[in-house]
Amino acid sequence: MKEKHTLLGWITFLVFLFLLGPLVIIIGASFGPDNYLTFPPNGFSLKWYENVFHVEMFWTSFKISMLVALLGIVLSFLLGIPAAYALSRYQFKGKGFFTSFFISPIIIPGIVFGYGLLKYLVITYHIPIFPGVLIGHVVIMIPYVIRVISSSLMNFDYSVEEAAMSLGASRLKTFFVVVLPNIRSGIIAGILLAFLESFNNVDVSVFMTGPGVSTLPISMLNYVEYYFDPTIAAISVLFMLMTAVLIAAIERTLGLRFFTK
Amino acid sequence: MKKPAYLLLFPGALFLAVFMVVPIATIILSTFANDGSVSLAGYTSFFTDSYTLGILGTTLKISLISTLICILLGYPTAYYISRTSVSRRGIYLALAIFPLLTSAIVRSFSWMVTLGKTGLINTLLLQLHVIDKPLQILYTETSIIIGMVHLFLPLMIISLIGVMENIDGDLMQAAASLGASRFKAFVKVVLPLSIPGLLVGSTLVLVGSLTAYATPQLLGGKKRVLATLLFQNTMTLNDWKAASIIATIMIAITFLLIGVMNALAKKLNPNG
Repeated sequence: MKEKHTLLGWITFLVFLFLLGPLVIIIGASFGPDNYLTFPPNGFSLKWYENVFHVEMFWTSFKISMLVALLGIVLSFLLGIPAAYALSRYQFKGKGFFTSFFISPIIIPGIVFGYGLLKYLVITYHIPIFPGVLIGHVVIMIPYVIRVISSSLMNFDYSVEEAAMSLGASRLKTFFVVVLPNIRSGIIAGILLAFLESFNNVDVSVFMTGPGVSTLPISMLNYVEYYFDPTIAAISVLFMLMTAVLIAAIERTLGLRFFTK
Repeated sequence: MKKPAYLLLFPGALFLAVFMVVPIATIILSTFANDGSVSLAGYTSFFTDSYTLGILGTTLKISLISTLICILLGYPTAYYISRTSVSRRGIYLALAIFPLLTSAIVRSFSWMVTLGKTGLINTLLLQLHVIDKPLQILYTETSIIIGMVHLFLPLMIISLIGVMENIDGDLMQAAASLGASRFKAFVKVVLPLSIPGLLVGSTLVLVGSLTAYATPQLLGGKKRVLATLLFQNTMTLNDWKAASIIATIMIAITFLLIGVMNALAKKLNPNG
C-alpha cells in the first residue's frame, strides 16, 4: 500500500520544500555579515538583529501595532462574543443572513476596504489616522472572533445554562459563570488568531499612515523601498518566531484541526 | 426567545454596517455619479484605455495561472496528507499552517532573498555554470506568480484536507475489492466527493490573488496589478475617481466569483 504512494510522497515533499525553503533561506540570510542580502551568507553576524532595535521607525510602529492589536481584540470581542452567542444559541429569522454578514469582512477585498475607510473616515469625516486603523482592524478581526467562539459554543451543552437559570441565576450571571468558563480555550485561541490577523495586516493599514502613525508591516514595506539589507531578514525571523509560538499556543487551546473546518 | 438574539447581534451588526457597508457602498455609488447625473463615463474610460485594460489582463492572467498551479500542487499533496497516519497528518497540517499565518510581507521578503541577483537560485545556477550572468527573475510576472502560489497554496491544501479526510477509507477498499484499480477507485470515489472542497479552495485562491496587494507590490517591481494600481491612484496620483472605479471592479469580480461558486456548489449538492 505504502509504495504506491511514492509519487504522491515526492510531490508532497517538493511542495513543502517550496513552502518552507524560502523561509529557511531568509533565516540564513539574516546572519550574513554583508550589507546586502545574500544566500548562502558569507559569514556569521548578529549585527542585523541589533540593527532591528536601532531603527527608530520599527520601534514606534511596533508600539502602534501592539496598541492597535490589543485595543482591537478588546473591541472585537465585545462586539463579537454576544453575536457569536446569539448565532449559536438561538433560532431566529435572518440567522443565515447574519452569519454571512458577520463573516463577510473576510470576503471583502482588504485593499478595497482599506481604501473605503480612508476615503470615508479620514478624507470625508476627518477622523484621525489612529482611530481609523483601529476601526479597520476591529472589522477584520470580527469574523475570526465569530468563527472561533461559534466553534467552541458548538460543543457547549445549553441544558447546563438552563439548569443554572432555573436555580435562580440571572441570564447575564449564567453567561459569565457557566458559559464563558466553558469556552475559555476558544477565547484564548480567538485572541491569538485575531492578534495575528491584526499584527500582520497590510491591506487596511497601508492606507492609514500619517505623521508618526503607521503599523509595523507598513514600516517594513517603506524600509525596503530604500534599504534592502539583512535587517529585513532579521525582523522577518522575529516575525516567524512569534508566529511559531502563537501557532503552538493555538494548537494547545483550539487544536489545529480548526483550520480544516 | 426571539428578542435577545437581535439585541445581542445589534452592536456588532451596527458597527459593520457603519464602518464597512457604508464606506464601500459610498464608493460604489460615487462611480456612477457625474456632476449630479448618472453616468458610466468612468467605466467607459477604464475599459477603453489600453493601459488599464492591460493591467486588468495581467491581473486576471496572474490569478488564473496561480490558481491552476495551486490546484495542481495542492490536490495531490492534500490527498497524500489525508491518507497518512493521524500523527503525521498533524505534523503536515502544522507545516502548512505555519506559512499560512506568517505575514505576507515576510513571505514576499523570503522570495526577494531567494530570487534576487545574489539569491540562492542565481548563486546556484552561476556556480553550476548554467548561466554566466544573474537571471532577472525578481520583479517580473513570474516572481509575482511564485509569490502568489506561495501565499495561497497552504489555504488550498488545508481546505482540501478538510474534505478528503471525511471520505471514508472503506469506500476506497470496497471499490478495490469489487475489482476497481487504484486509479479507477480514485476517479470514481475520491474525485467526485472532493469537488466541493476543490471549488471552495479554488474560489478562495482566485479571489485572493485577484485582490492581493503586498505580494505584487514587493515582487512585481514596476509591473502593476489592479490592487497596486488602486493604491497608486490613491496615494501617489490622488485620482480618487479612478481608484473608486478599480475598487468597484474588484468588488464586482469578487461577488461574481463567489456567486458562481455558490451556484455550482448548490448544483453539485442539491441536499444542501
